[in-house]
Amino acid sequence: MIDSNKFKISAAYFFLAPAMITIFIFFLLPVIAALLMSFTDFDIYSLGNLSFAQFVGFRNYIDIFNDPLFWTSLKNTLYFVIVGGPLSIAVSLAAALLINSKLVRFKSFFRLVYFIPVVTTLVAVSVLWRFIYHPRFGILNYFLGFIGIHRIDWLGNPKWAMPAIILMAIWKNFGYNMIIFIAGLQNIPEDLYEAASLEGASAWNQFKNITLPMLAPTTLFVGIITMIGYFQLFAEPYIMTQGGPLNSTLSIVLYMYQEGFRWWNMGYSAALAFILFFIILVVSLIQLKFQKESYI
Amino acid sequence: MNKLKNIVRHLLFYLTFAFIVLSELSCSNSTSNKIQINFWTMGAEAEHVQKLTKQFEKLNPNIVVKVQAIPWTAAHEKLITAYASETTPDIVQMGNTWIPEFVALNSLDSLDSFVDQSKVVHSKNYFPGIWRTNIIHNKLYGIPWYVDTRVLFYRSDILKRVGYPDPPKNWNELYDVSKKIKKLYGSEQKYSLFIPTNEWAPFIIFGMQAGADLLKDDNSLGDFSEDKFQIAFNYLMKFYKEKFAPVDMTEVSNVYQAFASGFFAMYITGPWNVAEFKNRLPKSLQNDWMTAPLPAYDNQKYPGLSLAGGSSLSMFKSCKHKEEAWKLIEFLSEKSNQVEFYHLSTDLPSVIDAWQDSTLKNDKYLKAFYEQLQNVIPTPKVPEWEQIVSAKVQQYAEYGAREKVSPTAALKMLDHDVDKILEKRRWILNKERKSN
Repeated sequence: MIDSNKFKISAAYFFLAPAMITIFIFFLLPVIAALLMSFTDFDIYSLGNLSFAQFVGFRNYIDIFNDPLFWTSLKNTLYFVIVGGPLSIAVSLAAALLINSKLVRFKSFFRLVYFIPVVTTLVAVSVLWRFIYHPRFGILNYFLGFIGIHRIDWLGNPKWAMPAIILMAIWKNFGYNMIIFIAGLQNIPEDLYEAASLEGASAWNQFKNITLPMLAPTTLFVGIITMIGYFQLFAEPYIMTQGGPLNSTLSIVLYMYQEGFRWWNMGYSAALAFILFFIILVVSLIQLKFQKESYI
Repeated sequence: MNKLKNIVRHLLFYLTFAFIVLSELSCSNSTSNKIQINFWTMGAEAEHVQKLTKQFEKLNPNIVVKVQAIPWTAAHEKLITAYASETTPDIVQMGNTWIPEFVALNSLDSLDSFVDQSKVVHSKNYFPGIWRTNIIHNKLYGIPWYVDTRVLFYRSDILKRVGYPDPPKNWNELYDVSKKIKKLYGSEQKYSLFIPTNEWAPFIIFGMQAGADLLKDDNSLGDFSEDKFQIAFNYLMKFYKEKFAPVDMTEVSNVYQAFASGFFAMYITGPWNVAEFKNRLPKSLQNDWMTAPLPAYDNQKYPGLSLAGGSSLSMFKSCKHKEEAWKLIEFLSEKSNQVEFYHLSTDLPSVIDAWQDSTLKNDKYLKAFYEQLQNVIPTPKVPEWEQIVSAKVQQYAEYGAREKVSPTAALKMLDHDVDKILEKRRWILNKERKSN
């Protein structure tokens, strides 16, 4: 018995090995290297001559906390996560409910239409949206003009640039969560609704007391995934605004990229990455705990 | 069991086969006896230079030139990553301001010994300001390939209307003409001068004209809040404050349309826009715009200073065939090829003699560039320069223009940030001083 168990375990290791080795080399090792690097002042000079790099302890981290640009980027990222995240989940849920509704025809067609933005290249989408947002010739301002709203300089005004990015990001991403919500909705037993409607519960009451609680695990999953994804805001501002105007769309990852790959301040950039990691970790844990308390 | 053996046998067979084919392929490459030169160029230059390298290959049948195009926007990252991963090309087109950085990386070869023996390349053939951008610690690291500087583009019809048949010659005239143009339009949303806040060049140019050193103490500390730069910065901020210049960049999404419609009447920009303006401005406007050298500060000699820009050809230390690579650099520096490259790309030739060619001589828009190129100087040669100007100078210029902080405060903050960027440089300079 013991022998065969041992054999099973070593066989398991054998078959897992390729994946484990790959993960170790291409994921774990770089992560450890980056952690070590975040305690050095590795930069462009060090690249040419390694003796120009030195261990600086926590100086990068201290510098980051004294760096106004970091706080700006954190504020922008939080704005994006706090406003964009819930909005995106709400839109996904609404779209899922619509598609799952018995009244709707051509379900798979609509599912496809809503999902297309998710699989479209972000670069192409961003370029397109830049035209939509154009202050003088953009289609969005053209339509807003009909309802008497004066021209808004979407990407050029520090106040409007982030809302514009949020709007685009929601449009781009809600299809993915929608698919997950549809799966969640289809798992809710039909008899719950039948029983409720026999008791005379209104549609809103059914939604509040059956759909939402039954969707809780799905919502938790979607919430965490969306939050992690939204914290990593990068490509949208990178292509559309380069962080401007007045750094109003500079996200943490974009700042990290600029420091790391544009100016080659690798130590500083690695430290930024680990700060972002801790923020995401803490927020995920809070979310997990909060959801457990309220539903279980 | 037999089945397994069969599979293994098959696998072995295919592997051997693949191995033979691959080694055959690589052999045929190495036996061709030709020396390959890898040449990286940016943007449109890559496309144009291939026509010249074909001629070079005909003249030198034993050399193959492989031209690789990299986009300007990603060029800097690409080159550094190539250095980090030891996959640098033999020759590279290098933006003048990047040379100090790659010299600090110890990645470029100095070209002095080649120039000493060369019959084609001589320092006296080039504009002195441009040549100097390639010299770091008294060594030469690049041969100017094409040049670039900033001049004033202006709408001659609008300037004439406000009493300026000639372009402004000094700062006072530039301010005065801007004021008059603004007055001409009254409350209409039109401007005199376009100074985009996402271009650092005008701020640095006016600073250098006023005599600012920009950096101090062996280029290890920022020197932007001292008087001279302050004068220049305040001067430019006045244009935003009095609405002579638009603050909001996105208002001018299409420079050519804006220039044609008179949204602004003057714009300080580079030679690439000569061809663009010729192509994109309406025909009726072609006699109503001109270029002029930059106005000078105070009572200084006209024209005022401008930036020594452009691209040079540099050789990486890792280059295996230096003789052949140098041959290519020499070939591209020959007068006739410089002229031809201008015809292909409209990049301005770095070799002064090439400007005697009739197409360049007869182009009225290029006259201003030729005059301006006599008075250009390099920016401080530190590896951090690109970061200082495109991250920090632009940031605080925008802060100042949008009146988020006062000009004085903006420059103090700028110095603070620049000192931070140069911290490592100070540490290294100290270390070197001690070891000496």
